[in-house]
Order: sequence, then structure tokens, then C-alpha cells
Amino acid sequence: MAAAGYAANLAGPAVVPRSEPYVEAPVRAFAIATVFWGVAGFLVGVLIASQLAWPLLNLDLEWTTFGRLRPVHTSAVIFAFGGNALICTSLYVVQRTCRARLFGGDQMGWFLFWGYQFFIVAAALGYVFGVTQGKEYAEPEWFVDLWLTVVWVHYLVAFGGTILKREEPHIYVANWFYLAFIVTVAMLHIVNNLALPVTLGHAKSYGLASGVQDAMIQWWYGHNAVGFFLTAGFLGMMYYFIPKQADRPVYSYRLSIVHFWSLIFLYIWAGPHHLHYTALPDWAQTLGMVFSVMLWMPSWGGMINGLMTLSGAWDKLRTDPGLRFSVTAVGFYGMSTFEGPVMSIKAVNGLSHYTDWTIGHVHSGAMGWVGFITFGALYWLFPKLWNKRALYSQKLVSWHFWIATMGIVLYITAMWVSGILQGLMWRAYDELGFLQYAFIESVAAMHPYYVIRMMGGVLYLTGALIMVFNLWMTVTRTEAADALPVPAQGGAAPIPAPAE
Amino acid sequence: MDLVSLQPVFSTLWVVWFFVLFIGILLRVLAPRRRQEFEQAGQIPFREDLPARRR
Repeated sequence: MAAAGYAANLAGPAVVPRSEPYVEAPVRAFAIATVFWGVAGFLVGVLIASQLAWPLLNLDLEWTTFGRLRPVHTSAVIFAFGGNALICTSLYVVQRTCRARLFGGDQMGWFLFWGYQFFIVAAALGYVFGVTQGKEYAEPEWFVDLWLTVVWVHYLVAFGGTILKREEPHIYVANWFYLAFIVTVAMLHIVNNLALPVTLGHAKSYGLASGVQDAMIQWWYGHNAVGFFLTAGFLGMMYYFIPKQADRPVYSYRLSIVHFWSLIFLYIWAGPHHLHYTALPDWAQTLGMVFSVMLWMPSWGGMINGLMTLSGAWDKLRTDPGLRFSVTAVGFYGMSTFEGPVMSIKAVNGLSHYTDWTIGHVHSGAMGWVGFITFGALYWLFPKLWNKRALYSQKLVSWHFWIATMGIVLYITAMWVSGILQGLMWRAYDELGFLQYAFIESVAAMHPYYVIRMMGGVLYLTGALIMVFNLWMTVTRTEAADALPVPAQGGAAPIPAPAE
Repeated sequence: MDLVSLQPVFSTLWVVWFFVLFIGILLRVLAPRRRQEFEQAGQIPFREDLPARRR
């Protein structure tokens, strides 16, 4: 089949006639789930940000304390919103760039969908009821971990199987990134969650490793969850959707391959920077720092590649707010991958670690890069998946964009100020060598920034709700309007928004 | 010559191996004669074939 595809490519732009349609219904379900979990995750984020500003909102109930709701927020945005977005787009992209139907067909797609949603709900219920193994970003207990392993292996088989039966001889670079994400997450998940349950009928388990080894495995997992879940996977998204939105191929395909391999080689070593000045051996800390600094190069190579794809088409940013999301996302990617290496330097980390600066850094990456690249892809995907001519309203996309951007700016500036303030207060000595501030004084000093951060979150959530309305109208709007002949308009002309 | 004394040798060789591998990737990807091939690959997202039942 690959040979036939290759011959067809040599023959010219004509494509191989296909008899089998692509699997689309589960992809649509994943797209809806992405939006749903996104809103849910942002909402819990706003709630726990409010709890930090006004502790009364913990309600004095064990189920609604910050400690239990925080993993609900992190898992909802990373694994539910991000994970559904990654599975949705990867299944969409792999079929089209391989020109092959999903391996396993619709049944495989539906199993992945319901299997993954079941994992999310099981994990979230565990957090609220206090059934967790207490590992950051790997909180679910052993039985939920096992279920995710089953789903994930199916995902690998579906994705890999589609690549194996491709009609396109070359594996497009987006699929390399997606595949690296799937394979590495499988490896990280299994190794970090090696644990023995107390008994088979008991939810509680104990991890195989302990002490500093356990810490190192945890942050090898934790940082590569950033590197391969939140970076590599979403870079796959960037390498497909930005070319599609801008209607031009990626700036340099060769740079994209160098980007891929250098990112893969370097990221896996960066984990120890989470354990600076701990019991971890010094050489391992320095190794983590050096590799984190080196990561700056592939990251910016990829950022330049994404941005320069717009070269000669920058005007599209003015008329296509969806593309604006994707391009701004790449800007945030560049910014947070510059900030990260700086923070991994031990001298800087001595100030920034355990402060809100880290939280701000994570959110510039999560809200700016992961969130925006996903919004850009969703705005492009929804009309395609539901066979619509265009989005309901470009104007609302623009509103979403500016409100969400304002939200991010409020969030990250508040956290920079509060984080550095915190770090400086903790290390301030008086003339006699005593600590100048009690810890509670630093907590009290955070209050205004926590309120600003919460308002940033509210703006981000508001933007997402505007998106929900817009996408809902895009899908459910009567087809009559679509059936009308398309009014004559230039390719770049904005689509007029209906009266709101 | 037991395994423990071989360990430093192999961990050094591992670094060298990765270095050589990465240089190899660079040479392969950046070779001028493959420019055309990779530019073609960049066009893949635009070659997608729409199934018959849609549009």
C-alpha cells in the first residue's frame, strides 16, 4: 500500500482514491470531551485559587479542602482537557497524514473514548474521597493506574497500527511527536506507578522505590510528563494545525526533524532540576540543570519553526483569530521554555523553588501554550468535524482570545511578583542573623496577589465559556444558513459575524 | 575485568554513541541532496485524501 501511495505521489498532486472513510465519530466525542473537561478544570482552578485567597471556601469539609481539590484541578486540565485534546487531534491527524483509516476502526475509537473518560472519573473520585498515592501528577491508586495502562496500550496499538498501514510513505513529523508522547508516557506511567497493593481488595498501595530513589523516579516522571505530555504531544498539534490554518507548509521540515530528535534526547534528563538542594547527589542535580539549559536550543528551534511558518502570511493573524490562538501559543511556548531553563539554574532555583514563581511558570506554559494551541486547533476542527462551512462567529473567537490573554497576563504577573516576594522574604535575615519574617508574614503578604490570580482565572474561564457557546452554535445552528450560496468574498476576508 | 569496572567505560561510550548518533541525524537531515525530499514531506498535510462520503 505504501508503494502505491508513493507511486501516486510521484505521479503528481493526484491522491490515491480511498474507499474507507476515516473514523470520525469518536474524534468528535473526544473534541466535545476536551471542551467539557477544559471548562470543568478551569472552574476547579478558579475555586482553589479562591480558597487560597479566602480559606473559608474550604467549607471545613474534607472533600472540598484545597489538598483534595488541587489534584482534581491539575488532573482535569492536564490529563482530562490536555489528554482528550491530544487523543482527539492525534487520531484526526494520523489518519489524514497517513491517509489510512484508524487501526481498529470505530470500535477502537469508542473503546479509547469511554475507557479514557472512565479513567478520568475514577481518578477524580479517588482524589475527592482521599484515595490517592500522594505522588504529584500521579495521584491515582494502583487499580486506576492499571486501567489507564490497558487504555494506553490500546491507544498505542491504534496509533501505531494506523502508521503501519499508511499509504503515505513518509511518516509526517507531527506523528513522530505524537508517537514519542504515547510511548514515553506509557514508560513513565508504568515505572513511576510500580506499587504493591496492601491486598487485592484494598485501594491502598505502597510504591516499590523509597527515599531519594522514589523522589528521583517521581520527578523523572513529573518533568517528562511536562516534556512529553504537555510539550511533545502539543508540538505534534502545532506541526499539523498551524500549517493547515496558515495554508502553507511548515517553515523548515528539516528543522522540525532536528527539533524532534534533540528534544527527545535532552528532555528525559531534565527531571533532577526539581530536586535541587535535596538529598539527591550533587552530580545528578547538576546534570538535570545542564540538560535543562541545553533544552533551550531545541525549544526555541521549534518555536522559530512554528512562527516562521507564518512568514509571508502574517496578515492572516488579523483576519483569523483561531490562527492567532495557535501563534500566540507558540509565543508562550518560547517564553516558558526560556523561563524554565533559567529557573533550573541552581542559584535561581534557590530563590524560586517552593514559591509561586513555579506556579506562574507552569501556568504560562499550561494556559498560554497548551491551552491556546488547543483552542486554536478546536476552532479549526469543529467546523471540519461537523461538516460546517465556518465557525458561528469569528468575533466571539476574538473576544475569547483577548479575554483569555488578559487572564494569563494577570495570572503570571501576579505569580512572578508574589513568588519573588516570597523567596526574598524567606531568605531575609536581620543584623543578628535571625530570619526577618515569620512564615505567616509571607503568607499574609501573598493575599493581594492571590486575589489577582483568581481574577485572571475568572477571565480565562470566561473566555472558555464564550468558546463553548460559539462551538455549540457552530454545531447546532440550522443548516438553512449553510445551504445558502456562499456570498462572494476574498479568501482572507473575515467571515461576517451574525448579529449577537 | 568484572562488570562493575566496565560500567564507567560503557557510560562514557554511551555519551559518545549519542553524540555520534545526533551528528549522524544532522548530516542526514541537512544533506543538500535530501532538500527536495523533505520539502515534499512538508506538503503531506495538504495531500490528505477526503473519503468519498464527505463533501
